[in-house]
Amino acid sequence: MTCKQKHTLVAEELSVGYQDRIVIEDLNLTVSPGEITAIVGANACGKSTLLRSLSRLLRPRSGLVLLDGTAVHKIPAKRLAQQLGLLPQSPIAPEGITVSDLVGRGRHPHQRVLSRWRAEDDEAVADALEATDTVELAERPVDELSGGQRQRVWIAMALAQRTGILLLDEPTTFLDVNHQVEVLDLLTDLNRALQTTIVMVLHDLNLAARYSDRLIAMVDGQIHAEGDPAEVLTAETVGRVFGLTSKIITDPVSGRPLMLPVGRHGASPDGPA
Amino acid sequence: MTALVSTSGSASTRDIVAGDRGRRAFRRRVALAILVGAAVVLAALSLMVGRTFYPPGEILRVVLGEEVPGASFTVGRLRLPRTALAVVAGFSFGLAGVTFQTMLRNPLASPDIIGISSGASAAATFAIVMLSLDGAGVSVFAVVSGLVVALLVYLLSYRGGVAGTRLILVGIGLAAMFKSATSYFLSRASEWDHQEAMRWLTGSLNGATWSGTVPVAVALVVLVPLLLGQSRNLNQLALGDDTASALGVRVERTRLITIVAAVVLIAFATAAAGPVAFVAFLSGPIAARVVGPTGSLLLPAAFVGVVLVLVADLVGQYATGTRYPVGVVTGVLGAPYLIYLIISTNRARGAL
Repeated sequence: MTCKQKHTLVAEELSVGYQDRIVIEDLNLTVSPGEITAIVGANACGKSTLLRSLSRLLRPRSGLVLLDGTAVHKIPAKRLAQQLGLLPQSPIAPEGITVSDLVGRGRHPHQRVLSRWRAEDDEAVADALEATDTVELAERPVDELSGGQRQRVWIAMALAQRTGILLLDEPTTFLDVNHQVEVLDLLTDLNRALQTTIVMVLHDLNLAARYSDRLIAMVDGQIHAEGDPAEVLTAETVGRVFGLTSKIITDPVSGRPLMLPVGRHGASPDGPA
Repeated sequence: MTALVSTSGSASTRDIVAGDRGRRAFRRRVALAILVGAAVVLAALSLMVGRTFYPPGEILRVVLGEEVPGASFTVGRLRLPRTALAVVAGFSFGLAGVTFQTMLRNPLASPDIIGISSGASAAATFAIVMLSLDGAGVSVFAVVSGLVVALLVYLLSYRGGVAGTRLILVGIGLAAMFKSATSYFLSRASEWDHQEAMRWLTGSLNGATWSGTVPVAVALVVLVPLLLGQSRNLNQLALGDDTASALGVRVERTRLITIVAAVVLIAFATAAAGPVAFVAFLSGPIAARVVGPTGSLLLPAAFVGVVLVLVADLVGQYATGTRYPVGVVTGVLGAPYLIYLIISTNRARGAL
């Protein structure tokens, strides 16, 4: 694919809000190019809002989001969409649409109003289907697929867009654990093969720590901690982000940190046997 | 899953993709051809059939401007304006209806359900009965009111974003209000005959004139290219506002252009033919079933609109001993579908 050059995405003193409520205040963030960044935090901490502002779905109250040094609100919509892709939390598949048709929608930013479909578009769709292992689903209607298959198809649509940066809002929500792992493996493959910069909001701390190069923990619209997952995912961070007592051990599978919650019940009173 | 990111799609996958796209395009072309064909045949039929039957040859001569004894008057002066109005009004209703339904991702969100047609209709009756306007004056009045109603529905249902269901419920409420206003204006127009009243209550092609038809045709010439230019953007909106926006669609701009264009079309057509019941509402879903779930529904729905109005008018005029206005027939067709839709959308959320 053609998106080898690395783009920089930076938020400078970003403040975002809805009507009378400020959700994010004076936030600074530099997305590391070519890496996978995971954003975690409690509900309503502003993680989705941050992602939406980065992709200019929300206009900041103050501050800037800069893509390669240009404010995203100044970049023409289609040109931005050629460089920055976003998969929202709950995209809608029109009734009866086939997989290849849906994936083809990702070509929209590359097409002009009356331009015809080009061989290049077919190739981008074919690439995206192969990358997400959905070739054999190509002619099936999206509504007949399983949750995991459907999520792969949506990722394929974002891939057909051929952007250097891909933002994903909770790509694993509502999926069974096997499909969660499958989707995150797929995103890692993409990152490795194409150096696609990936920023994703994730619900699951442990999966976030396992699959990210950089972990961002948010509290009340602010970045509480960011950096290597091993440094960010500490009992202190979990306490601050989720108000939860926890124990962090080393994940025997990945060597990354693994968070074990300590609740009022269920934990052995004498500690581990 | 193994590591499977390839750097170039294999030829066979490309063939699958191109094949699927080709099949969809083919089905769409065939469906569109059938709809256009049906519209042409029905239009010809509506010129031929009547108290006296005229063969296609004579119709063609009249249309081309030749003087044919008998036919020139019956076909040229009576049937042709009626058929022309049926075609332009059906086209406008179908196109405007599917535009709203696609944009708001809800088949109930058509302009005849959410009060825009009834608002334009109330304004037209007001202009005729109370202000004694005619022709262009009525159209202007209807267009302005249609836009005001659209804005009103939008503002009343706005609460940090517009939710489809709230907008529809607000619109249904306003529609009821406008219908009673229309009835009130009609009750003040004592010298009006019954058929004229029916035009403003359910829509009718009786007494169609060129002066009513031409403004609708002009509106179509201007607005159809504008709407078709937005059809790809509208298609992306079906994926949700966020996804569309991430694909480079300027959502608010698309919405503004399409709403204004659709409302103007509806208002012009309503000023000429009255609020022909349910045509805007029915055309999109029928078109979706005919062409399949792919590509833009704008043109297919517009031709379905033409077919619906022509069929309903033929049925209304000749199927029974009594002559019914076209809106009565489309109303009978549309109401059961409306009930079906409300029942089935409760079970599963669908778009068109």
